[in-house]
Amino acid sequence: MATVELRRIEKKYPNGYQAVREVSIEIADGEFLVLVGPSGCGKSTTLRMVAGLEAISGGEIAIDGRVVNDLEPGDRDIAMVFQNYALYPHMTVADNMAFGLKMRKVPRAEIERRVEEAAEILAIGPLLTRRPRELSGGQRQRVALGRAIVREPKVFLFDEPLSNLDAKLRVQTRAEIARLHRRLASTVIYVTHDQVEAMTLGDRIAVMNQGVVQQIAPPLEIYRRPANRFVAAFVGSPAMNFFPGQIADGVFETACGRKLPLREPAGLPDGPAVLGVRPEDFRVVTGGEEAAFLEVALDVVEHMGPETMAHFRVDGQDHVVRLDAAAAAQPGDAVSLGVQPEGLHLFAADDTGQRLN
Amino acid sequence: MMKEPRLISLARHAVLIVFSAIAVYPALNVLSISLRPGNRLRSTDLAIIPADWTLASYVELFTEQPFLTWLGNSLLVSGLVTLTGVALASIAGYAFSRYSFTGRRAMMLAILTTQMFPATMLLLPLYILIARLGLVNTYLGLLVFYTSTALPFCVWQMKGFYDTIPASLEEAARIDGCSRAAAFWRVILPLAAPGLVITALFSFMTAWSEYIVAAQVMQDEAMFTLPLGIKGFQASLSSQWGLYAAASLLVSVPVVILFLSLSRYLVSGLTLGSVKE
Repeated sequence: MATVELRRIEKKYPNGYQAVREVSIEIADGEFLVLVGPSGCGKSTTLRMVAGLEAISGGEIAIDGRVVNDLEPGDRDIAMVFQNYALYPHMTVADNMAFGLKMRKVPRAEIERRVEEAAEILAIGPLLTRRPRELSGGQRQRVALGRAIVREPKVFLFDEPLSNLDAKLRVQTRAEIARLHRRLASTVIYVTHDQVEAMTLGDRIAVMNQGVVQQIAPPLEIYRRPANRFVAAFVGSPAMNFFPGQIADGVFETACGRKLPLREPAGLPDGPAVLGVRPEDFRVVTGGEEAAFLEVALDVVEHMGPETMAHFRVDGQDHVVRLDAAAAAQPGDAVSLGVQPEGLHLFAADDTGQRLN
Repeated sequence: MMKEPRLISLARHAVLIVFSAIAVYPALNVLSISLRPGNRLRSTDLAIIPADWTLASYVELFTEQPFLTWLGNSLLVSGLVTLTGVALASIAGYAFSRYSFTGRRAMMLAILTTQMFPATMLLLPLYILIARLGLVNTYLGLLVFYTSTALPFCVWQMKGFYDTIPASLEEAARIDGCSRAAAFWRVILPLAAPGLVITALFSFMTAWSEYIVAAQVMQDEAMFTLPLGIKGFQASLSSQWGLYAAASLLVSVPVVILFLSLSRYLVSGLTLGSVKE
C-alpha cells in the first residue's frame, strides 16, 4: 500500500480548455479518498492522470514518494476499475483476472492462488470458466473488481464503478467495496458523481467543480460545515435551502423581510449574504415560544415513510423542510419554522459563495 | 409472432426458387460445357450432365496446359496481396481510429475519394508509375497495383471496426502492464477478427480474378495468372470452350474454400460482454 500525492497538477487540452486547475491532494496510506462533483468537473481527468491514461500538463504525481509523471500506466503499480467494466471479451473470467499477472511474468502457481483467493472473496468462483458475455452486470463488475484485487497494487482507482448498475445492485456493490477496503486496507481513489456514494464510502471527500477542489474533508465535516455554497448545495439530498438577504446588526433579514437573529454574530460582516438551511435543520415553532423565522403554507407534501418532506415557497423560490412523519402534515397546512443553531449556514453573496460562519 | 399464411409462404418459396435457378443456371451451364467432349459450346441437349460426359477437358488442363503454373502464380500474387493488405489495413485503420493527428481528416477524405475512381481510370497512371519503377512484368508490380487499389476500402473498413471496440479495453490492458503495441496485439486484434477476415477476403478477391491489370503488367507467359491464362483459350478464330469452362469452374474453387473456412470468423457480437452498452 502507498501514499499518493497530487502536487498542483493541471490538465490543459490543446484547444485551450483547462479541465483541471492546480489540484493538490495528499492521500495517506490506506485512505479511501473520494473525488466527487458534477459532470465535467475534472474528477475523472484527475483520476486518469494518476493512472497514466492522460498526460499531465503541469505539476507532479507521486506514488509512494516516487514521481510517476513519465511512467507508463503498467509501471505505476496501480489497478483500475472502469465504469463500463472493460473486461476482455475473448477471455474467460479466470484469464481476465490473470492477464495482468501474466504480463508481469508472475509464476503460474502464484497466479492461480491469487485468482482463487479473489474469486472467493467476491463469490465468483463458479464463474471462472465463463466468458463476460454470459454474465450479468453485477457479476461483470465483480470480475472487474477481482481483476484489480489480484494485482495487489499500491493504489486502487475506481472510475464511477457503480454508475451502470441498477439501484439495488448499486447499494449491494457499494457495501462490498466498503468491506473490501476494510479487508485489504488499501489506498483507494474513487471517482463518482453520486454524493451518497461519496458520503458512505469515503474516509475523506474532495468535492470538485470546474477543475478546482472546493473542499477536502471527512464526510460529516463536508456535510455539517460546507466550505462554500457549491459544496453545500451539492452534498445532501434533498438539497440545502438557500435564502438570499442581508446581515445587519447581528440579524439576518431575507429579501422579503423575514428576520432571523444570529446567535454568534461576531466576525460576520454586514452586507449581502446567503443563508443556508438543510431540510432537517428547520424547527417547527409552536405558538408563543418565540418569533418564527418563516411562516409558510405547505405546498407539496411527500410522505416518504420514516419522514415527510414538505415543500413551501418563499419569495417565489421552492424550499423543502423535513417533518416528523407523525405530524401527518397536509398540503395547505400553516407551519411556523425556526432554524436549529447548528444548522445555520451563512455564505457570501458573491460568486465565491465562501462560508462566513 | 403470427405464422404467415400458407399461401404467402408457398409464393415466397416459389419466387426464391425461380431466382435461385436464374442465378445458378449460368454456373450449371458452364459445368455442362466443361463436361462435353470435343469443343461444343452450344448443344440441343438440355441435361446439365450430358449423356456422353467426359472429364477430358479437366485432364487436358492439367496435363497439356500450364494450368498448374497459372494456379501457382495466382496463389502467390493473391496470397501476397492478402498478407500485405491485412497487415497494412489492420495497423492503418487502428491509427485512424485511436490517434488524433494533423491531417487525419484530410487523409480519411483522401482515402474515400480514391475509391471514387474506377479501376480502368487508374490503369494508365498506375501503369506509368510501375513502368517508371521498372516493375513491369514482375510479381511486385502486380502486388503494388492490387494492394494500392484494395487498401483504401480495407483501411476505411478496419477503422470503422476499431471504432466499435471501446477504448477502455486498451486502457485496461495498459494498466495490466501491456505496452500500446502489446495491447493492440493481444486484446484489440483478436476482437477485430471479423474485420480482418473481410479485409483478407476482399484483398484476395481483388487479386484473384483480376484480368485487365494483369494483362497490362504481365508479358511473360510463364508468369501469367489464372485469368490471363484462361483468356488465352478464347481466341478470335477458334475458342476452346471445354477448357475455358473447366478452367473457369476450377478458378472459383479456392475462393469458395476460402469463404467457407473464414466465414465462421464473420460473427457479430464479438465484443459482447466486455463493456456496458
